[in-house]
Amino acid sequence: MRKLLFESLIKPVLTEPRPDPDQAMLAELAAALGQSARQKLGRSLSIREIDAGSCNGCELEIHALNNPFYDIERFGLRFVASPRHADVLLVTGPVTKNMREALERTYNATPAPKWVVAAGDCAADGGCFAGSYAVAGGVSAVIPVDLHIPGCPPPPEALIRGLMALVENARHGADLTARP
Amino acid sequence: MLAGQLADGRWALAGMWGEAEAVNLALLDSDSGGVADRSELAIATLPCPQGQFPSIALHHAPAHRLERAINDLFGLEPVGAPDDRLWLDHGRWGVHYPLGACTKSTEALQPYVFLGAEGEGLHQIPVGPVHAGIIEPGHFRFTANGETVVRLEERLGYTHKGIDSLMAGAPIDRAAQLAARVSGDSTVAYSIAFARAIEAALGVEIPDRAHWLRALMAELERIANHLGDIGAVCNDAAFALMHAHTSVLRERVLRTSNDCFGHRLMMDKAIPGGVNVDLDARGMEKIRSLLAVIREEFPRLIDLYDETASLQDRTVGTGFLAPALARQYACGGYIGRASGRSFDARRDFAYPPYDSLRFEVPLFKEGDVNARMWVRIREVEQSLGLIDQILTGIPSGAISVAVQPAGRICEGVSLVEGFRGDILCWLRLDPDGTIARCHLRDPSWFQWPLIEAAIEGNIVADFPLCNKSFNCSYSGHDI
Ligand code: SF4
Repeated sequence: MRKLLFESLIKPVLTEPRPDPDQAMLAELAAALGQSARQKLGRSLSIREIDAGSCNGCELEIHALNNPFYDIERFGLRFVASPRHADVLLVTGPVTKNMREALERTYNATPAPKWVVAAGDCAADGGCFAGSYAVAGGVSAVIPVDLHIPGCPPPPEALIRGLMALVENARHGADLTARP
Repeated sequence: MLAGQLADGRWALAGMWGEAEAVNLALLDSDSGGVADRSELAIATLPCPQGQFPSIALHHAPAHRLERAINDLFGLEPVGAPDDRLWLDHGRWGVHYPLGACTKSTEALQPYVFLGAEGEGLHQIPVGPVHAGIIEPGHFRFTANGETVVRLEERLGYTHKGIDSLMAGAPIDRAAQLAARVSGDSTVAYSIAFARAIEAALGVEIPDRAHWLRALMAELERIANHLGDIGAVCNDAAFALMHAHTSVLRERVLRTSNDCFGHRLMMDKAIPGGVNVDLDARGMEKIRSLLAVIREEFPRLIDLYDETASLQDRTVGTGFLAPALARQYACGGYIGRASGRSFDARRDFAYPPYDSLRFEVPLFKEGDVNARMWVRIREVEQSLGLIDQILTGIPSGAISVAVQPAGRICEGVSLVEGFRGDILCWLRLDPDGTIARCHLRDPSWFQWPLIEAAIEGNIVADFPLCNKSFNCSYSGHDI
């Protein structure tokens, strides 16, 4: 074990260079966040993940955000256990009718100001499960959504770009709306 | 008679699903004795002209939740069933029996009645459906005496998406897309199961190369999941270092998969008729170097697991699943194989290319978290060996054939070994090739109920560890 620990000190770091926030997502975001975001946050952003009915593919990629390649804590992004500590709800899946109330409750338990990020094609509009008797639709059919991250599932890079856009925007507030 | 033969262990129940006026059972010849290609799968149909069928669960407990699900979806009543509570239907769909009479439901939401456990000093702890980590939703109701779990009762169905109903009437390619999304962590295995059932129904022979490429993807998927979970179990035992190392290896597998097949989870790559992406020399080289990296790192991680006393302390003896229960439930995958049930669809049904590959099916009898870890460690090693053989022996040629409708009604069934266990796919096609009925049975159906048994007598704080060592699929079960 000592050898492993030692090696992790001398081996080159695995982390990828930090990606630029995605401009298209920024545009969507900026409109939603507006002025109120300006004062809200320091550097750190707390995220509460909610699976509202996903196939679990999206969860695998959200998990990957914590592996040493991406290590999103260094961007000031942290997963928290309680909605009461969260700034952001990261929601996956088509919202099933059996999860609808739990999602609403979690949303209501999250203190304002809060943002909702819908991750994955299912979270956008129900994806390939849309139209089922058991599916309420995408996340925005149940709670207001500030940002959509497309993909099935969205790879870690896409998730980071989306979440980074959220952080940058929350930090600079309206400044970013003026960016090209 | 059937129920009796299930009860005395002549057959194992491998699946049970409804239709408009019938209930089907998949039966597995329960012991192959570990000899390749010796198992048999049979489908039995119970006609239900009066909307009723004799409860199998009355004699064979593993049928419980399956019967409740059939009742919820089709309105077919298991007569004499010991438990008549709803299961997948939480009273929120706006309809009853969505695949049967599909009547509007108007009554107010009924609270779910959990089984009672009374006694001095007992208290209940409800957990979920939304959990603290990045996990799928489900509800757990613990009855505890101080720290010790006296009873656990699961309530599932939160991620029910109505996949069986979306399948009905769908063209084959749309249905394949749904099958790939029943449980995302097993997307390759599900796609193969669906494709093999279609090919069985239509009598399609796919090119050899397609079989081998499917197996290559399936083994990569198995390694990725085992690596991720080996680390996650250690993480739940408060040993984060292992998690950091295995998650690096897992990420390397996903990146190599992406480089070679164009998707990190290889979703939608195995399709009815074959596969839709070929592997070139460059891709083969990438997989070879991936294997080299895993072979260099993994043995040291195994040593680390083996030598860390604080880890062993948590995993040895924890979450014991009795071999008799594993056998009774025909519990597949590493859970069954850690409790002495030697079954692996790759060996016991020897579907290609596994009929021409050499591998062992690791078997442990201890039934605890530690045994489940060791099965997975050994399976990673076996999968590495399988990939070696695939890269050396893969035949050249076409990677797919066209799939044409049969012009008549036809049925197909398949059993495919995913990382979690055997996935059953049964389907019936209409003459024009659309899906009349398709049912995919996740291995979790026969694993979830066993956590309730395995956690008994453990402390509440060990539940996450225990649960992770099972790692059942919520989505796959809830369909
Ligand atoms: S977007 Fe894709 S991976 Fe995510 S929940 Fe939907 S089907 Fe699964």
